[in-house]
Amino acid sequence: MKLLTLNFLTCARKTCKSTAAAFPLHPKEAELEQVEMDMNPLFITNMLPRLEWEAMKTLTTELGLPNLPAEPPSAEELADESGEPTQTLKDLHTLLMETSIASGKLVCGNCEHEYAVKEGIANFLLPSHMV
Amino acid sequence: MDYLIRFVQIHETFRRPETDSLAEMAGVKIEWLSYSEDSPFAIIRFNGASDPTAAARALLSRSILGVAIYELWGSGVDYESLHNDIRDRTQPLWDQYSRGTFRFDMDSFYGSRPASEQRKIIETFSYMAFTGQIRMRQPDNQFRIFEEYELDGPIPHHLHFGRLVAESDRKAMNKYSLKTRNYIATTSMDAELSLVTANLAQAAPGTLAYDPFMGTGSFPVACAHFGAAVFGSDLDGRSIRGKGGRNVSSNFDQYGTAAQYLGGLVADLTNTPLREKRFLNSIVCDPPYGVREGLKVLGSTRVALKEVVYLADGKPAHLQANYVPPKRPYSFMRLLDDILDFSADRLADDGRLCMWMPVAGLIEGEDPAAEEDAVPDTEYTIPRHPGLELVSLCKQDFNKWSRRLLTYRRKADAAVDQEQLLAYKAQRLVIAEGSQNDLKARADDLNAFRRKYFQGFKEQATGV
Ligand SMILES: [Zn+2]
Repeated sequence: MKLLTLNFLTCARKTCKSTAAAFPLHPKEAELEQVEMDMNPLFITNMLPRLEWEAMKTLTTELGLPNLPAEPPSAEELADESGEPTQTLKDLHTLLMETSIASGKLVCGNCEHEYAVKEGIANFLLPSHMV
Repeated sequence: MDYLIRFVQIHETFRRPETDSLAEMAGVKIEWLSYSEDSPFAIIRFNGASDPTAAARALLSRSILGVAIYELWGSGVDYESLHNDIRDRTQPLWDQYSRGTFRFDMDSFYGSRPASEQRKIIETFSYMAFTGQIRMRQPDNQFRIFEEYELDGPIPHHLHFGRLVAESDRKAMNKYSLKTRNYIATTSMDAELSLVTANLAQAAPGTLAYDPFMGTGSFPVACAHFGAAVFGSDLDGRSIRGKGGRNVSSNFDQYGTAAQYLGGLVADLTNTPLREKRFLNSIVCDPPYGVREGLKVLGSTRVALKEVVYLADGKPAHLQANYVPPKRPYSFMRLLDDILDFSADRLADDGRLCMWMPVAGLIEGEDPAAEEDAVPDTEYTIPRHPGLELVSLCKQDFNKWSRRLLTYRRKADAAVDQEQLLAYKAQRLVIAEGSQNDLKARADDLNAFRRKYFQGFKEQATGV
């Protein structure tokens, strides 16, 4: 799963959902994968205002990836005067769209439940006593 | 100038909603001057378009059920009235098209004519005095005579004449055919209806679409064709992972849209890991209705499983690598309500939910009251939500059942009746609590569709 997806995910337990500690989920023993992909500037521009930037920063720190700027870049910072993608956009593309979690765990900061990631697919099914 | 859309004569009730959805996306206003479910020819007008030709191109560019769009040069009930109408409407245009290469052909619906007759008819159009070369392949201008017959009627009762402006994206159906797709299952939605669904969901470049029951990924694949970024989930991880290199992800590789596939999750809609935040543009789904085994969601009806289960070695069962969480029967109508509520909480303003829904036991043309406990074809079978506006209802008929494609639009918060919304949420809580006490319910009791579906087959088997 591409790292962007993690910005949309929280703990699946109903009792955790409304707690701040359940988001973002924390990667553990994560194997990362990077695959070159075509850049989609329009999509990244549209997604930027929907991202929780603090959660993105937490994620990059926990994964040992290069630090993100303190504040989310504005749409103007994504393209130069001639409309070409800036380094900022390229970096975001690499982080959000080219980097995936291949395997590992995603841990809830509230209940500490661990969701397994295998073959790039995270499993959010809960045992009965957690439903 | 008015325009004629040549539709396919199949999935009739989907044609207008698809076109309306595409018009909205293209930012053009269309007025339906003539449309019938019984005809493949529809006539529209672009209101307030400064460049109607560009509007026509934009409208059809990603249509699946429209084949092509034509400038309408004339209509009539016979050839005489057709020719008169063409003279009235287009005489000043003839000169402009007189020198380019061109071709004429005929499109007869429910009728046919031998080539010699066709040639004779085409010759009656010679008054337009085109002097350019006739070219069958890629001419500058392509003209078409449309004939409409009654079934087995001797002569056409309606005629149109038009100049081709644009062809649609219908050829995408071949590219996405299940016959050549790397990874499919028996439940995979066919290419045609998947692509139509993506059009109704308004999947487009720069948007994000999600399928909560993605199976082999038919809808996300179709949405990605139109440029959307997509992700999906399924209760059954095996359907996402596939086998031997055939999996959901491999389908995106096949079609060159891997860059748009964010990933697949094993998840249950009733316990979703998706944040309650309005970040999605489209939600597309064909919810499982449990014909074979009854509908299931996470959880258990067994009281013992409400506690942590420990294995003989003292380790908790749910932490084992091969642990399969128990599932419980669930009502289909409740699942549909869950989907609506989930969608209202996660769609951006004007975002769309496209949801397929089966309806059993009702046969076209039959009085619903005649069959005493058929699922009535009325408002109540169409799930509603205060935050969602029903945009369109399309219907596909089968022998003993039919299915609908319901399309909803997320209203802006200011347009949502807050009192109604609070009442709706309160009612959901009551239903959820009630079902906790109803642990013994059988899948059959919970799923009216499944019951009707099997009853239908029983009637057939006994020759009724
Ligand atoms: Zn949790």
